[in-house]
Amino acid sequence: MMLKIVKHVLLDILRSRVVLAYTVFLAAASIGLFNMDADTGKSLASILSMVLMLVPLTSLIFATIHYYNSYEFIELLSTQPLRRSTILRGEYLGVSLALSLALLVGVGLPVAAYDGSLTGGCILLAGLLLTFSFTALAFLGAVCSRDKARGMGVAMLQWFFFALLYDGILLLVLFTFQDYPLEKAVIALLALNPIDLARTFVMLQMDVSALMGMTGAVMEEFFGSGLGMALTLSVLVVWILAPLGLAVRLFKKKDL
Amino acid sequence: MITATGITKNFGRLRVLDDFGVTMSGGHAFSLIGPNGSGKTTFIKCLLGTVIPDSGSVTLDGADLLRTPELRSRIGYMPQIGRYPDNMRVAQLFDMLSELRPSSQKRDEELMESFDMRRIADKPMRTLSGGTRQRVSACAAFFFDPQVIVLDEPTAGLDPVSVEILKEKVNAERRRGKLVLLTSHILSDLEDMTTDVIFLIEGRLRFCRPITELREESGGERLGRLMARLMREASTHSES
Repeated sequence: MMLKIVKHVLLDILRSRVVLAYTVFLAAASIGLFNMDADTGKSLASILSMVLMLVPLTSLIFATIHYYNSYEFIELLSTQPLRRSTILRGEYLGVSLALSLALLVGVGLPVAAYDGSLTGGCILLAGLLLTFSFTALAFLGAVCSRDKARGMGVAMLQWFFFALLYDGILLLVLFTFQDYPLEKAVIALLALNPIDLARTFVMLQMDVSALMGMTGAVMEEFFGSGLGMALTLSVLVVWILAPLGLAVRLFKKKDL
Repeated sequence: MITATGITKNFGRLRVLDDFGVTMSGGHAFSLIGPNGSGKTTFIKCLLGTVIPDSGSVTLDGADLLRTPELRSRIGYMPQIGRYPDNMRVAQLFDMLSELRPSSQKRDEELMESFDMRRIADKPMRTLSGGTRQRVSACAAFFFDPQVIVLDEPTAGLDPVSVEILKEKVNAERRRGKLVLLTSHILSDLEDMTTDVIFLIEGRLRFCRPITELREESGGERLGRLMARLMREASTHSES
C-alpha cells in the first residue's frame, strides 16, 4: 500500500521542473569542478564540500515545501482506508527517492565518468544518506509546525545549525577545553551532527587523516579506517530512522 | 448505521465538540446545521479520521471506525476544497484512489459520465478551475459505491447545472439505502436533499429530527428561515 503512495508522489515530483533544475545544477557543478583541475582528487574534495552544503539545504527546503503543498492531499489520503503511518512514510520515501535520483544522476554520473574511484562512490553514498536524513528532519519540523512560514523557518534554522553553527560550537568547545583529553568527547560531539558524520566518513576512506583535522585523526586512531567508517555509517542511519520515527509518531496523533 | 457517542474535542482551550452524540441510519440524508464554529466540520473530520477526538467513539455497523482505518473503504468523502498534486492528471487520481482500495470493490461511474470526466481525463490538476475540481472531488466521493457518503459544502463553486446533477445523484443514492451526511450554508440547496436535520450549537447536539416533522410544526416554513429562527432562539437562550 505504501509503495503505491511512493509511486504517485515520486511521479508527481519528477514531472515538476524543480528536481530537474536541481539535477542539472549538480551535474553542471560537478563537471565544472572536474574540468577545473587535472587532479581528480582535488575535484572530488570540492565536490564533497558542495554535497555537504547543498544536499542538506535542498532536502530541507524542498521537503518542507512539498509537505505544505501536499497538505490537502495528505488530508484526503487520511480519509481513505490507509493508516496514518503508511501515508507519512509514503510521502517521505517519495520525496527522498526523487532527491536521491537527482543526486545519482547529477553527481553520480560525472563522478563515474571522470573518476570512477571508490572515494567518488563514498561521496555519493554520504550524499544519499544526507538526503534521507535531512528529508526526515524536514518532515519532522513540518509535522510539528502548523503554518508554512514557521515550518520554513524551522527548516532554515536546522540547516543553519547543522551546516554552520555546529562546527563553530565544536571549535569553541575544543578551544576552551584544550588542556583536557577530549578524544572521546569529540567523537560523541561528532555523532550529533549528520553533516560532520558524512564528512568524516568520506575522509576516512580517502585516508588523509593529516588533512582531516582533529576529529578525523581521533576517529582513525580510535577505530582504524574500516571500523570508523562502519560506525559513522550506522550513526548516519540512526539520523534517518530517529527523526522519521518521531515524525510518524507525532503525525499519528495530529489533527489535519 | 453510524453511531457517535460522547465525542469531545478541544483545540487548545476551545471546546469544539462537547459530549456530542448522534445515531444515523442508511436510507436517510442528514444535514448538519449550526452557526459558524459550532463544530460541524470538526465532527465530519472526526468521522473520517482526519481529526482525532479527545474522547468518545464512532462506530459503523458496530465496528470501531476510529481504530479501524480499513472501514473507511466504505465511506466516500467530498472535501470543501479539493487540492491535489499539481502534476497529477485527472485519470491518474482515480487510478491512484482505486489502487488504495480493495480491487473487489464495485465502481460507480455514473457521476463521472454526467460530469463528462473523460473529456478532462488527461488534464493536470493544477490547470482545472475551482468548479471543475469540485466536480472531480464529487466523482471521487461516489466512485467506490460507498455505503456512507459525506459531502462538505458540496454545492459551493458548482454551476447550477452541476448542482442539479449532484442533487439528483445524492437523492438516488439515498433511495438505494445509502447514508448521506451533508453540510452547507446554502440551506436552499440542502433542502432538496435532506431527510433529517442534525442541529448543533456550540459543539452540542440540540436535536436530530426528520425535516417533515420540523416543517409540520412550523407550518411549512422554508428550511433557511426556520433554522435561522432556531439559531436566534438558541443564542438568546444561552445569553439569558
